[in-house]
Amino acid sequence: MKSLHAEEVRQRAEYFITAINKAADRPVRLMEVCGTHTVSIFKAGIRQLLPEQIELVSGPGCPVCVTPNDYLDTAIGYSRQSDVIITTFGDMLKVPGSTSSLMVEKAKGADIRIVYSPLESLPIAQENRHKKVIFLAVGFETTAPTAAATVLAAEQEKIENFFVLSAHKLVPPALRCLLSDEVTKVDGFLLPGHVSAIIGEEPYRFLADEYRVPAVIAGFEPLDILQAVYSLVQQIQRGEPTLENDYRRIVKPKGNPAALAVLNKVYSEADASWRGIGTIPCSGLAVNNQYRRFDAKDQIPVTVEPLTEHKGCRCGEVLRGIVKPAGCGLFGTLCKPEHPVGACMVSVEGTCAAWYKYGAGRWQV
Amino acid sequence: MKLVQLAHGSGGKLSHDLVQQLMVPAFSNPALNTLHDGAQLPVSGGRLAFSTDSYVVNPRFFPGGDIGKLAVCGTVNDVAMNGAKPLYLSAGFIIEEGFSLDELEKIVQSMSKTAAVAGVFIVTGDTKVVEKGAVDGIYINTSGIGFIPDGVNIAPARVQPGQDIIINGFIGDHSVAVMSERHGLVLPSVIQSDCAPLGSLVEKMLNAAPQIALLRDPTRGGLATTLNEIASQANVGIMIDENAVPVRPEVQAVCDILGFDPLYLANEGKLVVITDEKDTPAVLEAMVSHPDGCQARVIGKTVARPAGQVGLRTSIGGIRLLDMLTGDQLPRIC
Repeated sequence: MKSLHAEEVRQRAEYFITAINKAADRPVRLMEVCGTHTVSIFKAGIRQLLPEQIELVSGPGCPVCVTPNDYLDTAIGYSRQSDVIITTFGDMLKVPGSTSSLMVEKAKGADIRIVYSPLESLPIAQENRHKKVIFLAVGFETTAPTAAATVLAAEQEKIENFFVLSAHKLVPPALRCLLSDEVTKVDGFLLPGHVSAIIGEEPYRFLADEYRVPAVIAGFEPLDILQAVYSLVQQIQRGEPTLENDYRRIVKPKGNPAALAVLNKVYSEADASWRGIGTIPCSGLAVNNQYRRFDAKDQIPVTVEPLTEHKGCRCGEVLRGIVKPAGCGLFGTLCKPEHPVGACMVSVEGTCAAWYKYGAGRWQV
Repeated sequence: MKLVQLAHGSGGKLSHDLVQQLMVPAFSNPALNTLHDGAQLPVSGGRLAFSTDSYVVNPRFFPGGDIGKLAVCGTVNDVAMNGAKPLYLSAGFIIEEGFSLDELEKIVQSMSKTAAVAGVFIVTGDTKVVEKGAVDGIYINTSGIGFIPDGVNIAPARVQPGQDIIINGFIGDHSVAVMSERHGLVLPSVIQSDCAPLGSLVEKMLNAAPQIALLRDPTRGGLATTLNEIASQANVGIMIDENAVPVRPEVQAVCDILGFDPLYLANEGKLVVITDEKDTPAVLEAMVSHPDGCQARVIGKTVARPAGQVGLRTSIGGIRLLDMLTGDQLPRIC
């Protein structure tokens, strides 16, 4: 999309909003399954511009949020080993595990370093040959290829003290799981643009073909989202569910074959545990046998504390779109961004954090 | 046991809580309790403005500035935000054993040059050297004194609903300059820190409109946090227009890639002005004719309700809350 002047953006937004109002002839629940969409929707103030008939709910689209407690406990266990350096995206730092968080461990002296790319782990490993550098590999199909590329680079540069602790997740199996769930009711999906840029269109075909649920691959600008909502409402109105790609400037039908090749070289599909949902078959990525010497779990023993879940935290239901953040008794009282109880309040892309930050229910004129 | 976390130094919510819950009760007195950018102390013919700040920026040299320039500008600006003409600075250095004397000289020369530009004298100082590893290179503390003439009264209490909110230029440049240097980001064009002493700009503005209600420099925590502090201290609402807030496209691009929001990024040469509507043309005219204010524009208004909160009108016409920074976007930014 060429960049538009502010006035053009406002005019086009008005066009979509009028059209959506006209087309919305019944109550519908549309789910976005990408944390960046959740944030964009709030940041642009989209909810209040849509008719009441249209309910936007957030799904399990924030990688940090869907990472379960036992993964964090494992990472915390590693961080307590004196010969380990943890490298991680900053978002993971504050996520509470069973009794601690990486931020608390860092303040106590654990060597935990924030990186913007997994590749930054490699110079750290080279400068600290006597230590084990473990990258916390969380994220969906979007981030998995760079973690895989880092493993390949470590192999090529013969770096033997670099490891990944994989909690990578795959989006399509989670969507299938949500649709098989009686409680979660979704009339249409706003599909994640970034994930789709890697995997392409094909993996989503089952949504319309098997479940008759409309789905639109969408970009992240306010106008992208309004356009996608309009497409979904039109599909619902016509009763003709299909898979639409409204983000063609980035998402090619076959995705990014080069990135997929790198991903498939290092990882293989595995069952994965999702916070609040449980284990979903073949919904995660584990380091495959050929590269197991880079797999922290396989190579480095660790003591993990017993798992406890936080009482009262309803992140699990929030992630499945069953309750809104405000429906959780802890939201905004015990659980705030500066002292989060649940993972959804930690990441900037977490549903609860976005609701809190952008003032759902707090901006009252 | 509760421990100090990096976010306690972010300038956001946790910093605010630390000051409110620990420092203010311990040191409480009328000059401190206004919690402005500096204290205002009575003397004959006016008041003294007094402020202090410590500088720990990493890396020490970045496009558009260095720790020395920052140590002068930061404190000069805090003094100037009281409507004062900055006059004198102190400089305290805590230096790590083994630090390069050449680098120290570069930093001191930069302070000297910046002080000359700002029209202040560094009149007292202190130097401590600690064992290797006890600090990271060099930390600098500066305190500053300035004079507020009678007739100038910059105070949160003077902010009322219906006033204009003005900013003097692009936001986020400082954070992006430091961040790109720290992480070796290769950008199509180098973004310079906006680090600059604002005393002469403030003087010019006050000559044009001595009745300006409030001045603030949006440093750590960024414009969003500064506006929240003002809304809460003055008990007014604030509504700003997303399209009116100046952000360089290259700064926005870096933010989009790294997941930052320019509204929360630190600035070191920016000021927020709140003034009555009728004075806005005079203030803007004074600002745009000064090199540090040539991009000045109105970005929003104070409103009666909801008191204590900041709202943002988005590019597509929605309205949302603009909250204080929570957590820490970037440690050691100044």
